[in-house]
Amino acid sequence: MDIQYVYTKKRAEFGRQVHFTDRPVEIVADIQPNPELIQEYVARNPVDIGVQNVREFSEHWVNTVRFETENRGINHVEGGWPKDVNSLEPDQTSRFRKKTEKEDGYGRAILSLGHSIEHTIKQNNAIDIYENYFQNLEPDVVEEAPYAKTINIYRDPHSTQRTANHISWYADGPRKIAVSYCNLEFQSATSDSFIDSYIWDIENPTKPELYLKPISPLVCIEFNPKDTHQLAGGCYNGQVCIFDTRKGSTAVEQSLIENSHRDPAYKVIWLQSKSGTEFFSASTDGKVLWWDTRKLSEPVETLILDIEKKGRIENALGAMSLEYEPTMPTKFMVGTEQGRIISCNRKGKNDAEKIGSVFPGHWGPVYALQRHPNFTKNFLSVGDWTVRIWSEELRDDCIMWTKPSMHTITDAQWSPTRSSIFYTTKMDGTLDVWDILFKQNEPTLSMQVVDEPLHCLRVQESQGRLIACGSQNGTVTLVEVSDNLCTQGKSEKTLVSGMFDRETRRAKILEARGRAKRDARTKSAQGEKGEKPTTEGGTGESDLKEADPIDKAEKDFWKIIEEEKRRRDRKFVADDEKAAGESGAVT
Amino acid sequence: MTQAEVDDTLKRIQEHKGVQGYLIINNDGIPIRSNLDASLTQQYAALIKSLSDKARSTIREIDPTNELVFFRMRTKKHEILVAPEKEYTMIVLQATDVQ
Repeated sequence: MDIQYVYTKKRAEFGRQVHFTDRPVEIVADIQPNPELIQEYVARNPVDIGVQNVREFSEHWVNTVRFETENRGINHVEGGWPKDVNSLEPDQTSRFRKKTEKEDGYGRAILSLGHSIEHTIKQNNAIDIYENYFQNLEPDVVEEAPYAKTINIYRDPHSTQRTANHISWYADGPRKIAVSYCNLEFQSATSDSFIDSYIWDIENPTKPELYLKPISPLVCIEFNPKDTHQLAGGCYNGQVCIFDTRKGSTAVEQSLIENSHRDPAYKVIWLQSKSGTEFFSASTDGKVLWWDTRKLSEPVETLILDIEKKGRIENALGAMSLEYEPTMPTKFMVGTEQGRIISCNRKGKNDAEKIGSVFPGHWGPVYALQRHPNFTKNFLSVGDWTVRIWSEELRDDCIMWTKPSMHTITDAQWSPTRSSIFYTTKMDGTLDVWDILFKQNEPTLSMQVVDEPLHCLRVQESQGRLIACGSQNGTVTLVEVSDNLCTQGKSEKTLVSGMFDRETRRAKILEARGRAKRDARTKSAQGEKGEKPTTEGGTGESDLKEADPIDKAEKDFWKIIEEEKRRRDRKFVADDEKAAGESGAVT
Repeated sequence: MTQAEVDDTLKRIQEHKGVQGYLIINNDGIPIRSNLDASLTQQYAALIKSLSDKARSTIREIDPTNELVFFRMRTKKHEILVAPEKEYTMIVLQATDVQ
């Protein structure tokens, strides 16, 4: 039913002020109830209603406002002197002192205080109450479940989304971390994106201790292990730069852009050298450059990663990760974008001699590469959703690997204190702890650190207890692991070395058998092609067939079946004849 | 008379094994007597006085019938013994014997 109200107004009266007046009530429409409609409904009886007699709860969480603390010092000046004594005048103060000493209460107080003090002094001299009785006992390895908990979260104070893609611990104890932030998504650099990187003090997550202002965002940053104030950083535009924390926020030295990399310098590592000023950098443009901090205008040495050893940069593989162990100063390894891992030696006269062996690696870029701190022949690499452990002796295949995980693994590192543990971070924001002596098919402990992808992790060197992980939106989380993940058991090292040896031997045996089979096949193939008599080729073939156990087993099986069938047929025929004979005899 | 006793007591305290120094301060924190150098005396007087006051008020708050009699602070290098009283406080530094 349409309820309308129509009114007319003269055009001359449009826009005039409206006069409102009261008027009596008027029924515009009256809709009576229609009792016939009730026929269309039926009363429902019984009616089921659920009732629950519980207290009503509601959930609400509250986070307190962050308590901002700041450290300030106060200057104490001498005070407490009575008004008539000037504290700077020595004779006034000494006069005051003598006056107090002559007071009656002074003598009594001193005597009683002296008595109690003497008692304590004698006590101290008699027994050393803090004596450590069992100093040489090793702490028992408690068999508790390992855990990891977040201690601190360092959020990027700037709101733009940048990935925390490299973390480096302060070389002198777990007090500071340097984090480099860079937005690595292709061509997403906007002009207002922040390019600073920070050094955080562990204790203060509200504000970074130092802002580092490079010319281009830093892709990677490392503290100098020899000089704790120096940092080397690789930039997004390929340059490398040196920072000094004593000298402020901007880079102290910067390499010339013509002599630097043409792609972001993904990894920078300090070298072990007498002067402590050398480092090298690698980038996806296929070059590894060595630098000296005293002269950053051009690299000291260049290496082009062409595995065919012809030095052609068009053929070069892009480097994604570098590995360097200070105990082996001339050798290093490069993990490439194409998946290969190249072991190199710096002491080569030209590029061909520098590039050593090439490992097949992964099916995708190698994001992390690290030698085992205790067994330098074995190293782990991360790429294509798996973590693989390799031995230098085997060039063809890895000795151990994890099963492919659901998410890309972005970074991995061996634990510096326990030989069988390594940590990985994944794109779903989890930090995994793998213990290869305990469980090999899945991580021993998996902890969801944040909800967005984690891009890098770094374990603190001296104790292996603190791990810093950097995520995609710039949050760095500090995680502490339980004791049993950082203290090493007595026989752990031997067990791990035994495991590596075993796996290496297994891989070697498989490789040797594979080679033997290939050799035998090529030999038999040559036998068919040549004019040798077929018997020789035949014996060769039958030899080959005998050597293949599966085929042999199949043939034996069919032989047995055929024999059994023939025997049954014969028996059947014999029975028939017997039956016929008997029936014949009967009748 | 009491002056001699006082000196005697202090000398005796000083001659104990391990004692590195002593300090007597009054209620206002003014060092009356000490055998450490001036700046160290000043530091100890100011800092330990406030700490001892805080300790005393803590004990008082927890149990009003209780009161602070003595307290010691063992540090890596030495042990600081503080004997507070209503008007004066005696502070002694004793080396920790590393056997």
